[in-house]
Amino acid sequence: MLLIPCPWCGARDEVEFHYGGQAHVAYPEDPSALSDEQWGRYLFFRENPEGDFAERWSHSAGCRRWFNVVRDTRSNRIKHVYLPGEPRPVTP
Amino acid sequence: MHPDRLWRSAEPRKSYEVVIVGAGGHGLATAYYLAKNHGITDVAVLERGWLAGGNMARNTTIIRSNYLWDESAGIYEHALKLWEGLEEDLGYPLLFSQRGVLNLAHSLQDVRDGVRRVEANRVNGVDAEWLDPAGVKEVCPIVEVSPEVRYPVLGATYQPRAGIAKHDNVAWALATAASALGVDFIEHCEVTGIEVSGGRAVAVDTVRGRIAANRIALSAAGHTSVVAATAGIDLPLQTHPLQALVSELLEPVHPTVVMSNAVHVYVSQAHKGELVMGAGIDAANSYRRRGAFHIIERQMAAALELFPVFARAHVLRTWGGIVDVSPDASPVIGLSPVENLYLNCGWGTGGFKATPGVGWCYAHTIAHDEPHPLVAPFTLDRFTTGALVDEHGAAAVAH
Repeated sequence: MLLIPCPWCGARDEVEFHYGGQAHVAYPEDPSALSDEQWGRYLFFRENPEGDFAERWSHSAGCRRWFNVVRDTRSNRIKHVYLPGEPRPVTP
Repeated sequence: MHPDRLWRSAEPRKSYEVVIVGAGGHGLATAYYLAKNHGITDVAVLERGWLAGGNMARNTTIIRSNYLWDESAGIYEHALKLWEGLEEDLGYPLLFSQRGVLNLAHSLQDVRDGVRRVEANRVNGVDAEWLDPAGVKEVCPIVEVSPEVRYPVLGATYQPRAGIAKHDNVAWALATAASALGVDFIEHCEVTGIEVSGGRAVAVDTVRGRIAANRIALSAAGHTSVVAATAGIDLPLQTHPLQALVSELLEPVHPTVVMSNAVHVYVSQAHKGELVMGAGIDAANSYRRRGAFHIIERQMAAALELFPVFARAHVLRTWGGIVDVSPDASPVIGLSPVENLYLNCGWGTGGFKATPGVGWCYAHTIAHDEPHPLVAPFTLDRFTTGALVDEHGAAAVAH
């Protein structure tokens, strides 16, 4: 089980959280202007790296707030925790 | 070749007609049918680990074809029919046992979905029955069907021709047969890149050097996104851990396969005697072949609710694999945006049952550079056209 550092509540067990998938996926500004292919990409295509992945978590059984995490999908090690709206930290 | 070895472990040659990436069940079956049905034997199956050591070694061996949509019934029923003749075809015992599968309903919506699926299955020539709780009890006496429990069993779909097989034997049999027909198996040969020239795939780079190929077929399950990315192809896949477990060996108590979406578990009893149980995927993406313990706890709680008789059984072993989950719980099979590069991925939690069927159709697709009619609906293109094959219902907890 992951130990996830909520930026507001501190480190808690994974069972308290809800997963939100890839971070930084913005709703298209003008959806009706998109081609079918672009809309399909927005709906169905997400990054799936073997390595660092920027993802969203919600502390649903705690403060109920969303935040972002950079986690290495090879080791599950969490490298960064940051707030929604902040840019993804640069990983060395 | 060592007289006791079932297949030849080959040294990689400079080039092949077909290179298959991944020596799991699907890769092996594809190699076998390429050689047997299409006479293409200049084939290498490359494997980063050891033969059939990924999800082929980790699945819960359930075989069934009771999916909802026509497209799925086509491919899964084709697979089931092949399973029914596979021991004879391969000349090797697969312990294929058609002991039936029950998909339990615990809510009114489950009942409606189940009845609809039974009717859809019958229309497609797939054997299916709707059973009431007494009928469930008759097929599997150890299931708790009393109305007193938290999620009472209200009925179940039943496919008598479904069952289980011994996964390792399936891999060994396919490898032996393909090897005898001339296919090369190259283990510990991770593919690090696909060389694309002028829109055509021409070779793979591996940890054991470059291997040229006229056709390259991916069958890499959880790692497909990583391999495809080296050819510049994005796929709508997410890689997740999936766990399973077995109990110690018990006397035969469980005569069939039981799956439950609502309480989240699926259980059968292997020939040797261990109860084999699977759960759902871990929520978060990961390439680590290890899942979270709370998933196992929930799965055990669900199993105990359905089978009070398991209360004294002990967990012998738990493990995880990584699976490539697609948005509509259906696979992606066929041509790719790169010429001569073929895709077979997105099977998520349920690829084992399709092994011979997908091998048959994927081999056809590679041999003719055109999708076999049974896999034609499963194109990558459907995520643009919207012609999804949504099997989240019939896919059960996991397929």
